[in-house]
Amino acid sequence: MAMLEVKNLSISFGGLKAVDDFHITIEKGQLYGLIGPNGAGKTTVFNLLTGVYKPDSGSIELDGRNITGKKTIDINQAGVARTFQNIRLFKDLSVLDNVKVGLHNHHPYSTLEGILRMPRYFQVEKAMNEQALELLKVFDLDQEADFKASNLPYGKQRKLEIARALATEPKLLLLDEPAAGMNPNETKELMDTIGFVQEHFDMTILLIEHDMKLVSGICEKLTVLNFGQVLTEGNTSDVLNNPQVIKAYLGE
Amino acid sequence: MKMKNVKNKITIQNLITYAIVIAFWVFIQIWSMAGHMTNLLNGLLVPICTYVILAISLNLTVGILGELSLGHAGFMCVGAFSGAFFTKAMADAIPSVGVRFAIAILIGAAVAALCGFLIGIPVLRLKGDYLAIVTLAFGEIIKNLINVLYVGKDSQGFHFSMKDAASLNLEGDGEVIIKGAQGITGTPKASTFTIGIILVLIALFIILNLIHSRTGRAIMAIRDNRIAAESVGINITKYKLLAFTVSASIAGVAGVLYAHNLSSLAATPKNFGYNMSIMILVFVVLGGIGNIRGSIISAVILTALPELLRGLNNYRMLIYAIVLIAMMLFNSAPKAIEMRERMLEAIKGKKRKEAA
Repeated sequence: MAMLEVKNLSISFGGLKAVDDFHITIEKGQLYGLIGPNGAGKTTVFNLLTGVYKPDSGSIELDGRNITGKKTIDINQAGVARTFQNIRLFKDLSVLDNVKVGLHNHHPYSTLEGILRMPRYFQVEKAMNEQALELLKVFDLDQEADFKASNLPYGKQRKLEIARALATEPKLLLLDEPAAGMNPNETKELMDTIGFVQEHFDMTILLIEHDMKLVSGICEKLTVLNFGQVLTEGNTSDVLNNPQVIKAYLGE
Repeated sequence: MKMKNVKNKITIQNLITYAIVIAFWVFIQIWSMAGHMTNLLNGLLVPICTYVILAISLNLTVGILGELSLGHAGFMCVGAFSGAFFTKAMADAIPSVGVRFAIAILIGAAVAALCGFLIGIPVLRLKGDYLAIVTLAFGEIIKNLINVLYVGKDSQGFHFSMKDAASLNLEGDGEVIIKGAQGITGTPKASTFTIGIILVLIALFIILNLIHSRTGRAIMAIRDNRIAAESVGINITKYKLLAFTVSASIAGVAGVLYAHNLSSLAATPKNFGYNMSIMILVFVVLGGIGNIRGSIISAVILTALPELLRGLNNYRMLIYAIVLIAMMLFNSAPKAIEMRERMLEAIKGKKRKEAA
């Protein structure tokens, strides 16, 4: 069974059909790329998949479960986590606390237990700290655990966002332009990180990206979006050599 | 290893805050034993505790939740009246003033929490300036409703009216407890400085522990980025309402303390109007938004200052305003912060040299 199965997904804003009859099938453990020119509707697809927008029509199935039209927090708990095109960290919280917010639903204790500092508070907080630090270590961020998130350099902020998303223990990870604003060295490092996440966490990943080096380097399959519609899909090398794609996106 | 340091740092910071409050209490005790306390100063002690509690509770809404609320005096008003009403109504049933006062505090907190919850449901759908103005309106509504409320008690039970005392239709043995604009008269003066300080410590305990817990992290995550918080599964409505309700509840406690420091309690624009809400906000902003210890210090200084300057007559408010501006600049102007840090470094450097 596919990890993500999307059929006939559409949404319009006013008269504009932002996403029109979109479909995608991602198998478990796959690294899938979503590309297309600016304004093609890629981020809108992400917003539909995470419940920020409700689709006008179509269905979204995650691991066999219908999540169409559900609320963002329910979709997150069903197993979809994301990062954002313009980084959205909890900027005044520490790096560690950013990840701990991601762990929120997996390590519960009540507000009262927290205020009265009951034994469960100490147990759960300890477990949270350990798990968060472990996750930070994976991204080589453990030395900066007590930094304010906004004080991290740009590349590390991107990594922290991925770490926070992974803390929610997702089945599917959505990365919205993870390499935006990075220099070639940072992009290279990011590619390694994404590959590592896929392997280490056995993660299914869907990413939006403009950097063709990154896309051709790590994505197994691609879907090309143009004017809200699927232009073509298939194996990365086939898609990138498709004359239609070259015309629409890469330039003739 | 490193993590432990961070956690200890927070614990130490919190302990310093508690220590400052206790030191203040000890200082006042010694000062008064030495016979230096004037009547004026003595009368200031309970109000100072009241304002400190109000300031730290508002800081939970403004600093931690990140929503500008201008109706905080309204919750204080609800707490004050429900608490005083209880003490007055139960005068026969529970003779001990201390026990009545303790229960009154709980009731004031509960009623204010309920109001905070009910008002929070519509208000927290708004953001920024809109939220501020609507809370302002709710604060005024609460004050004006209490101004026309008449409640009496006789052998039949309680009677309510929004018109006048006569329409309560009390029996001969009846007594009017809340007399509309005249409010409640004859509440026992149960508030003392020591009780005030204990309540400050309890309020601090609740707020500081709330902030440094799973719930507090969720609230601050919403403040920093609502969309991201939602994307990692944080229930926005739940945590916003929770913070707002706790904040209102603690303001209610401050209200009960305030009410039991006066022999007659009436809802006037001066004590429960928007002037008061804005004054509390000034404490919070001056002490540093999100900085609980700062709120305490600024509430103490700004409450004591106008009274201590009474001798200067007409210049009093002028000096108050100048101090306010100077403190604001010292606290938040970038150049001032730079200068402060440089001074701090110089002091630290000197110490290091001496040690070496």
